[in-house]
Amino acid sequence: MNKQETLFNYILRIADSQLILGHRLSEWTGHGPMLEEELASANTALDLIGQANSLYAYATQVEGKGRTEDDLAYLRSEREFFNHLLSEQPRGDFGFSMLRQMLCDAFDVLFYSALMKSSDNTLSGIAAKAYKESQYHLRHSSSWTERLGDGTEESHQRMQNSLNELWRFTDDLFAMRAADLELVNTGIAVDTSSFREAWFKQVSEVLERATLTIPTHAFMQKGSLEGRHTEHLGYLLAEMQSLHRAIPGVKW
Amino acid sequence: MENTKDSQGLVWEVFVQKKPGQPYVHCGNVHAHDAEMALQNARDVYTRRNEGNALWVLPSSEIVASSPEDLGSFFEPANDKIYRHPTFYQLPESISHM
Repeated sequence: MNKQETLFNYILRIADSQLILGHRLSEWTGHGPMLEEELASANTALDLIGQANSLYAYATQVEGKGRTEDDLAYLRSEREFFNHLLSEQPRGDFGFSMLRQMLCDAFDVLFYSALMKSSDNTLSGIAAKAYKESQYHLRHSSSWTERLGDGTEESHQRMQNSLNELWRFTDDLFAMRAADLELVNTGIAVDTSSFREAWFKQVSEVLERATLTIPTHAFMQKGSLEGRHTEHLGYLLAEMQSLHRAIPGVKW
Repeated sequence: MENTKDSQGLVWEVFVQKKPGQPYVHCGNVHAHDAEMALQNARDVYTRRNEGNALWVLPSSEIVASSPEDLGSFFEPANDKIYRHPTFYQLPESISHM
């Protein structure tokens, strides 16, 4: 893989994660527990999909083969997506979605904060905007995690079950390709191991306030970097890509 | 729907300040179960399109309002006292938001 391909794949990893997470969140539109939360979920979903759009636009430039953002989002198959396994899990109940969101938002805040210092001006520019958005996302998802974790007996139990279900995908957040280390060395990419402890601390504090317990013996599932996903991504893509595949080149 | 009233929480009034120094203007209300949720909901519902850069929220139940019966005694006496209006002064153009 040459440097250009490495960078292309690196950008796809970030973009795919935000697109898929944004899509999952957008599934709450029309189903939110209250009007205000429905708007909040849609706002956050749009932020994430907007980040993905900017990143895809940059990826098409880096690739230089004349593909568009839509081609990347709508015309790749499951094995060609590199999003975090965490982002593709079905939305579950509202607490499940907020807990997953908190785990991802805490990652995004630290990741973007590091990517803002990238030697690649386009990436650092996208990161600077996304960082501010993620800070708010984290505040919102953390307060719901705490509210529901430390809520009623039922909400607590549901949140604990969600955490037990989701924790196994948290190693996958930090996975990196060997080739990416070259990008790290030139100051373009972020070494995810550099903020892993900070992420764990941040997440642990929220979960502690939420009176939730991190599972200690969870099997850690990985594979998204090789395009090996859980069964759920295929269904998500089938729905997300159906319009574009039925009417190629369709415009809004 | 069962328990609709409880599940939506309290009503909170939302005030948005457009720019520093300007008054907070009432713009509507939101449902929320606690103050932080009210602030976040106000942000998500009322400031998505750059409407302002500061927010107040307060429980609607804390507002003390005049009642329709107060109309005559509260407000009508001001009707014929035009000398209370500063209409006899020229305002410099540089003064805005009066």
